[in-house]
Amino acid sequence: MSAALSVLATGIRTALPTNNNVPIAEIPALVFPALIDTLIMVGIVMVIVVLVGVPLGALVHNLARGGLFENPALHQSISWIVSIGRSLPFLILMASIVPFTRFITGTNIGIAAAVVPMVIAGIAFFTRIVENSLRGVSPTLVRVARASGASPLQIVRTAQLSEALPAIIGGLTINTIAMIEYSAIAGTIGAGGIGYVAVTYGYQRFDNTVMLATIIILVATVATVQLLGDRLVRLATPHARERQPRRAKSMPVPG
Amino acid sequence: MISIEQLTKVYGHGDKATVVLDRLDFRVDAGEIFAVVGPSGAGKSTLAQCVNLLERPTSGSVLVNGENLSQLGERQLRAARRRIGTIFQSDGLYSRRTAAQNVALPLEYLGVTTAEAKRRVAELLDRVGLSDRAGHYPHQLSGGQRQRVGIARALALRPQVLLSDEATSGLDPESTASIVSLLKELRDDLDLSILFITHEMDTVLQVADAVARLDHGHIVESGRIVDLLRDPASALGRALRPARPHATPQLGETHWFVSYTSGAVPADWVLRLASELDAPVSVLGASIETVAGQTVGHASIGVRAVDPALLIETARRLGLDARPVPEDPEAAALADRSAEESSRTSDGGRSTSADASAPAAAGDTAPAASISSTAPALERVV
Repeated sequence: MSAALSVLATGIRTALPTNNNVPIAEIPALVFPALIDTLIMVGIVMVIVVLVGVPLGALVHNLARGGLFENPALHQSISWIVSIGRSLPFLILMASIVPFTRFITGTNIGIAAAVVPMVIAGIAFFTRIVENSLRGVSPTLVRVARASGASPLQIVRTAQLSEALPAIIGGLTINTIAMIEYSAIAGTIGAGGIGYVAVTYGYQRFDNTVMLATIIILVATVATVQLLGDRLVRLATPHARERQPRRAKSMPVPG
Repeated sequence: MISIEQLTKVYGHGDKATVVLDRLDFRVDAGEIFAVVGPSGAGKSTLAQCVNLLERPTSGSVLVNGENLSQLGERQLRAARRRIGTIFQSDGLYSRRTAAQNVALPLEYLGVTTAEAKRRVAELLDRVGLSDRAGHYPHQLSGGQRQRVGIARALALRPQVLLSDEATSGLDPESTASIVSLLKELRDDLDLSILFITHEMDTVLQVADAVARLDHGHIVESGRIVDLLRDPASALGRALRPARPHATPQLGETHWFVSYTSGAVPADWVLRLASELDAPVSVLGASIETVAGQTVGHASIGVRAVDPALLIETARRLGLDARPVPEDPEAAALADRSAEESSRTSDGGRSTSADASAPAAAGDTAPAASISSTAPALERVV
């Protein structure tokens, strides 16, 4: 027993040399798989968030006064639930729903466990973004669609979501970046990914090089997502698409 | 043909109820353009929404070709809406769709096959003269072109009734004129009933066959444009006439307003009037035009000392209504006051308020024009 303990103690001592930092050459091998984990985690989350958030946002928008399915009572209740989801800081949300997470995924650590609270926070966030984007669409278009004989679903699709698409993509960009941030927080419960590397190596082991590497990776990822989002917004907006060639500020000729 | 019968719309309940439309009745025959004018807040947009069945009337009905469309269930209502094409104000196009895609919307909603929709859209764009703009987005089109796209879209499902809800508002005069002539052309070619809702009186004069004035939810006056213009007692007729400034009458001339009351007014009526009165007639301002093929007009004339009764009678025989015009209401009031004062001063000793210009007015028995010419001087003294 004591022999075993002494072996362990020696092991720890050898594992904690004066310089226990990850050698620079090994950093990519540590960081890149973690980045892939992060992207998978955020990717899965965002797919679910969009699939649920878009219909939910459209529903909330149209349950409100003046909407297509006006129902103040239902609007209030859904709105309240969404607000609760929005008001909890992610760390607290994540911790507070552990039993639920375990019920869904059978575990409370790892990527699967992180996805559950991220999806909940993401849906609440995105519902509001979609709702807000739809509010920006001129109500005349809904009237045009109704007068043209559109069904409620056709109205939502063509007069609301389609017209709000640039705003929704812009919101999606913001949301995705927020999810990358949440994934880092989820790293603290061993979810893996960049956040996990940053916490275990950079924070707990004071490995500044790893910390710096994760920061650079995160900044680059977020910048890429933003760039991609901006590009997509421009592509979705006929008005902006035209100005693409930088200096050619040619105005349309009204004839 | 579309007819509106006892159409009433009330918002709210009990004490808070506001009657927005109060038992409206009118009919727009096939091949007719009927305008509804009124100030903002008169109930025009509510009327539009009731006519294109977006709002359910509280009572009364909207009938298209005799069929009551206002009491249908939601699903049938959707089908019924297709029978009424609506042209919205110029912000009614989908910004992310091209002109052709915008026109295709109603066909898409109906579930028409792509090939057929394509053919119909090409036909419609050609109809409104925008074949070469099919692939343009709304922001690449001028206001008038956007409105043409809106018209093509309203016609997509071959409606018999067209509702124009402030369709020319916010357009420049040229675009308005082109939209107006397009609407008339369509009315003639497709035998449409067009309900034209607007707040612009001059557009009404250009486009409509008949007009109704909506005020506080009531139709206060209505009739055929020509009849209203020829009725000197009609307030709506007066409002329809372009009110442009005219020259002021010479000293010694009385100012008269003359308007056509029939189509039989001889073109040389000024000469005839002058010769029959044996007095010169000066034309201070005039507008003679044909509206719907009928001659209408009005003029401001100045006539030198003449018997008013004779002038009115002579004008009547020429098919004109003549009435004296006070220079402007304020001056007229002043003229009245100075006339009163002058009668007082001429009655007896000068009152304490007697002023320099009073004697001048007192001695003057000349017609209103010269009395009112002293008005500015009076104003300065008083």
